[in-house]
Amino acid sequence: MPKDHGIGASPKRREDVRFLTGAGNYTDDINVYGQAYVHFLRSDVAYGKITKIDTSAAADMPGVVRIFTGADFEGVGSIPCGWQVTDLHGEPMKEPAHPVLAQGKVRHVGDPIAAIVADSLEEARNAAEAIELDIEELPAVVDMKAALADGSALVHDDLGDNLCYEWGFVEDNRAAVDEAIKNAAHVTTLELRNNRLVANPMEPRVALGEYSRANDHSTLHTTSQNPHVIRLLMGAFVLGIPEHKLTVIAPDVGGGFGTKIFHYAEEAFVTFASKACNRPVKWTASRSEAFMSDAHGRDHVTKIELALDADNNFTALRCDTYANMGAYLSTFASSVPTWLHGTLLAGNYKTPLVYTNVKAVFTNTVPVDAYRGAGRPEATFQIERVVDKAARELGVDPIALRRQNFISEFPYATPVAVEYDTGDYVATMDKLEEIADLSGFSARRAESEKNGKLRGLGVNCYIEACGIAPSNLVGQLGARAGLYDAATVRVNATGSISVMVGAHSHGQGHETAFPQVVAEMLGIDESMIDIVHGDTSKVPFGMGTYGSRSLAVCGSAMVRATEKIINKAKKIAAHLMEASDADIELKDGQFSVAGTDKSVAWGDVTLAAYVPHNYPLEDIEPGLEETAFYDPANFTYPSGAYACEVELDPDTGKVTIERFSAADDFGNVVNPMIVEGQVHGGIGQGVGQALLENAAYDENGQLLSASYMDYAMPRADDLPFYTVDHSCQTPCTHNPLGVKGCGEAGAIGSPPSVINAVIDAMQSGGFQVDHMDMPASPGRVWAAMHG
Amino acid sequence: MVEVTLKVNGKSVTKSVKGNTLLTEFLRDELRLTGTHVGCDTSQCGACVIHVNGEAVKGCTMFAAEADGAEVATIEGMASPDGTLSVIQQAFQDHHGLQCGFCTPGMVMSAAALLKDNPKPTESEVRDYLEGNLCRCTGYHNIVKAIMAASGQDVSSIAAE
Repeated sequence: MPKDHGIGASPKRREDVRFLTGAGNYTDDINVYGQAYVHFLRSDVAYGKITKIDTSAAADMPGVVRIFTGADFEGVGSIPCGWQVTDLHGEPMKEPAHPVLAQGKVRHVGDPIAAIVADSLEEARNAAEAIELDIEELPAVVDMKAALADGSALVHDDLGDNLCYEWGFVEDNRAAVDEAIKNAAHVTTLELRNNRLVANPMEPRVALGEYSRANDHSTLHTTSQNPHVIRLLMGAFVLGIPEHKLTVIAPDVGGGFGTKIFHYAEEAFVTFASKACNRPVKWTASRSEAFMSDAHGRDHVTKIELALDADNNFTALRCDTYANMGAYLSTFASSVPTWLHGTLLAGNYKTPLVYTNVKAVFTNTVPVDAYRGAGRPEATFQIERVVDKAARELGVDPIALRRQNFISEFPYATPVAVEYDTGDYVATMDKLEEIADLSGFSARRAESEKNGKLRGLGVNCYIEACGIAPSNLVGQLGARAGLYDAATVRVNATGSISVMVGAHSHGQGHETAFPQVVAEMLGIDESMIDIVHGDTSKVPFGMGTYGSRSLAVCGSAMVRATEKIINKAKKIAAHLMEASDADIELKDGQFSVAGTDKSVAWGDVTLAAYVPHNYPLEDIEPGLEETAFYDPANFTYPSGAYACEVELDPDTGKVTIERFSAADDFGNVVNPMIVEGQVHGGIGQGVGQALLENAAYDENGQLLSASYMDYAMPRADDLPFYTVDHSCQTPCTHNPLGVKGCGEAGAIGSPPSVINAVIDAMQSGGFQVDHMDMPASPGRVWAAMHG
Repeated sequence: MVEVTLKVNGKSVTKSVKGNTLLTEFLRDELRLTGTHVGCDTSQCGACVIHVNGEAVKGCTMFAAEADGAEVATIEGMASPDGTLSVIQQAFQDHHGLQCGFCTPGMVMSAAALLKDNPKPTESEVRDYLEGNLCRCTGYHNIVKAIMAASGQDVSSIAAE
């Protein structure tokens, strides 16, 4: 019987009621008295020098409150990057200035030049038309390899070249890897591009700044995954507002997928302008603006080489990657191709030698940063594509080749500096073979062929790293923040509980899942517990939600705080029952004295804490509220095996996903329904990357895919029902819940199996294609087959 | 300015609007019915789907003035006055057919229009019908499942929740 409450149960999500009835409170739903609206005048060229900007006529237009240009922000800080990568020579990466509004030059299509604040959005837009603007267009830097060639135009003149950093990892292994590849019995080489994507949460970004002159206090409502991080970055680095004078609130947020982690210029602008104008200022992105101002994802160009010995054991892996940073460094841009990518290149395999070289390149494109998976999808795609290609070259079964090279003993120290604590890759592969009915594939292929279609099967494994930590390690690696999280458990007099958590829920169902944990620990009903999140004035601190960290990191903080509650409550219960606290047991919401029939209820103890008439005041304080900060000892390492079956129409190149199966190991699972939903969504995005999505620039740096007319989002009829399983569970060894994180696995694990399946389908039809880049859209597939 | 009179969720409303005010803007800004969402500017995403005279319509494709005399239904009118969720809303909750909730109002309104015309849609009919509604969270699995369940079909054989 599945559990009906507590850890392991799947209660219906409590947040659904407001979302299903139109009662959600998203940032754009918030309007405040007297608010003005801002419209940003954005660059329509990729690179250019602003030779004239005259706002005088525009300023006289009806409804205009004030027009801001770069000159108004000369004394304001630069949008900061949160991670300083050290290059292979020991030098810090290059960090160009990133102004709130362009200073003299525009560097990508969408770069904000001026901001028009007006009584209405319509008036702001009309006034933008009246700004006299001359831009001298400069040759744009678009292609990464061309950007590094001698004589390339420079995205930032003061940096001397377009290289942000060249990173080598592990640099000490470089010669040994080169040697192993030279001496290998077989080397499989693959050159590929991990396509540029746009995260596209369905809610566009919104920011509403309010300044109270009476209190000298700024409040920012924003569509963020991590309001405390925004308070820190914007307050400390950009606007110089101390924490106690700045409140950041991220209310209901309509999806994030990474792109709402970052601190954006528009947030700083509305906060700054609301003070300058002494009026609330609101900005709501249009979808077109989102395409050219939300940080993009992926965009790596990679050459990968896998060396094998005569027995098909992997002996070395070498990866050369060009990673697009775009025109400026977004908040975590620099960490994605390095510490979130290079450290995962062992994959699920005991390859003894691995070397990665990453060149991070500035181009005249929208900044690129973390998108669901962030570095791990890029690592997984390369590894699982090159392993599949190797199997085909060697004429061996791709699953058998993987199994032969699996890591099988844990903990396992990889050659890329991380230690996997647990996993069982054989178990997830066994489970996959079962749920995907791989033994029935040949019959299904025959059926497809009877209908004139090609059918392909693609399999891959993945390993990923979640809950990035610990802080002292990531600090050494360049992180400019700690990566702990915090929770406060506030028990009220009647026994009900508010838990203030630093994690932020924007679809993940924390309001349902987190109370399951606390309820299980205390033995009380989940309905007595509410989660408070997303408001820096209510939640003590927190680093937010990204990297599948919420339960593993913040959930652990919540467990620690609840343990403190239990310890104190036991002391109170011991006093009430005139027993020793060592003898007190807590079960099903009752405190009892071991070996006796004496007990007091949870509510009796909580009431005593707040009405301390019969209370050990000399030993403990009244009240029942505890806070814990939790800094994990290690990453967590979810893993799994995925299978995709496609049908390919050889006449049109159209690929359809016929079956998709996922066997994941997330360690312990708190809410199976939510976990499965996370995997579904990740697969949807991974299939989107593999078959449909592509953020495309032309050679002049014009963004060709700047709306849903041009950027192919997955729709319901592009996707099948999925078969997902998380019954293989090797609990994380170093956090109290044994959980690993499930938010990104689907997006990390699915693209290689789709492309492996497409290649398999093409080869089954006699087309000698051994690789194609994503997306495998009909025209590209047809072109690959027919040269 | 144009005066419009329409019924929204059964209540009569008369307001003066600008000629270029979209019906979505009218609902959100004038009536404070913020359950109807705006997810794009090219009429692709479907977060603003409402019913106009019983038909599913993207509210961003109509001017408010065009709705003069119309009966409009929004997500706010779908549950019973006592708060009991409609069958479709309840199926979305039961089958985890939503995550961030932003596309959800449009999905529910589209689903209601589909089931009115086609009370027992197949999986492929549901997927085809939803081509104008984007969701970025669910991979559609549980949305399709929820709509089929709301139509009274047995969805227990569909893998996972």
